[in-house]
Amino acid sequence: MSAGPSDSEIISLVLKGDHNAYALLVERYKSYVFTLTFRFTKNREDAEEVSQDIFVKAYRSLADFKGTAKFSTWLYTIVNTTCITFLRKKRLDVKSLDDERTFEVADNQDSGLRANQVEQKSRLNMVNQAIALLSPDDAEIITLFYKNEQSLEEISQILGVEANTAKVRLHRARTRLKEKMERYFSEEIKDLH
Amino acid sequence: MEENKNNVDDRLWEFIDGQSSIEEASAIEKLIETNKQWKEKYRELLELHQLVQSSALEEPSLRFTKNVMEEIAKYQIAPAAKAYINNKIIWGIGIFFITLFVGFLIYGFGQVDWNAGGNDKLPIDISKVDYGKFFNNTYVNVFMMINVVLGLMLLDRYLAAKKKKLQKEA
Repeated sequence: MSAGPSDSEIISLVLKGDHNAYALLVERYKSYVFTLTFRFTKNREDAEEVSQDIFVKAYRSLADFKGTAKFSTWLYTIVNTTCITFLRKKRLDVKSLDDERTFEVADNQDSGLRANQVEQKSRLNMVNQAIALLSPDDAEIITLFYKNEQSLEEISQILGVEANTAKVRLHRARTRLKEKMERYFSEEIKDLH
Repeated sequence: MEENKNNVDDRLWEFIDGQSSIEEASAIEKLIETNKQWKEKYRELLELHQLVQSSALEEPSLRFTKNVMEEIAKYQIAPAAKAYINNKIIWGIGIFFITLFVGFLIYGFGQVDWNAGGNDKLPIDISKVDYGKFFNNTYVNVFMMINVVLGLMLLDRYLAAKKKKLQKEA
């Protein structure tokens, strides 16, 4: 993932009492954790608060990290449970944006986006915008697979499902992402060709 | 038709992810070369794959790491779960229940009249059993008392360990 001491070397330093070494782990994973939480919260302030909470939880239970899986897989398991708890607390509607009503909302948002933002945004941001239109479950699995370098086996561990279920979920999430891209960013996609 | 479309998508995603078997991969390569629909679908999915792969990560605020470090300064790392789960207590509870179960089994078998076999009828009328009589038996009372004492000892050990832990934390 990056140069410098390995995750397990940093963890053993922290467990020996060098608490400042934990900052290296935070620096290394903050963007990955923040991106994942942002997929759930859809709000930067909440994502920042939840991400901070995740790193504090991980620090407090660091002695329980056995090293049998990658540190990132263990950390993303905490991300998954914390975000689900957050959504329950906030009583957010975790349903997919696939129903007609939300499509209307998305259409309205889309017209605003087109006028003000999308034209100026890079194609990379266009993908993030499309992912933001997905349900948290779909957005999470796509982020874990593409951005957080997790294999399907590791994703199944994080989500607590069978590897085959994770594979099917990923396929479906990508299909829905493709639909969103075609629906809301068709012009931008044409420009790419 | 829809099912067929999903099947094509699934096979192509597996191919793109590098999860197809060698035979499947070569079959798909052939289909992409020869079939226009497969070729077009493959191009679409690959484009999406590459777009998502190259998308940027979201970044938290510049103060994020500092905030986390300030927050964790208030806490201590909790001991590993295996350190505070006392195996002796787990074993004690296990032995307690096994003793209870075995005791009842021995008592039950002790009550059976093994010479009463051969009849279709049960040797005793279950509806007329006086259950109160079982607990007048000295052996049963002694057995129950041993179990109660064992249970109280376990509870005492558990509470003592918890008190000690709380005192340490204070």
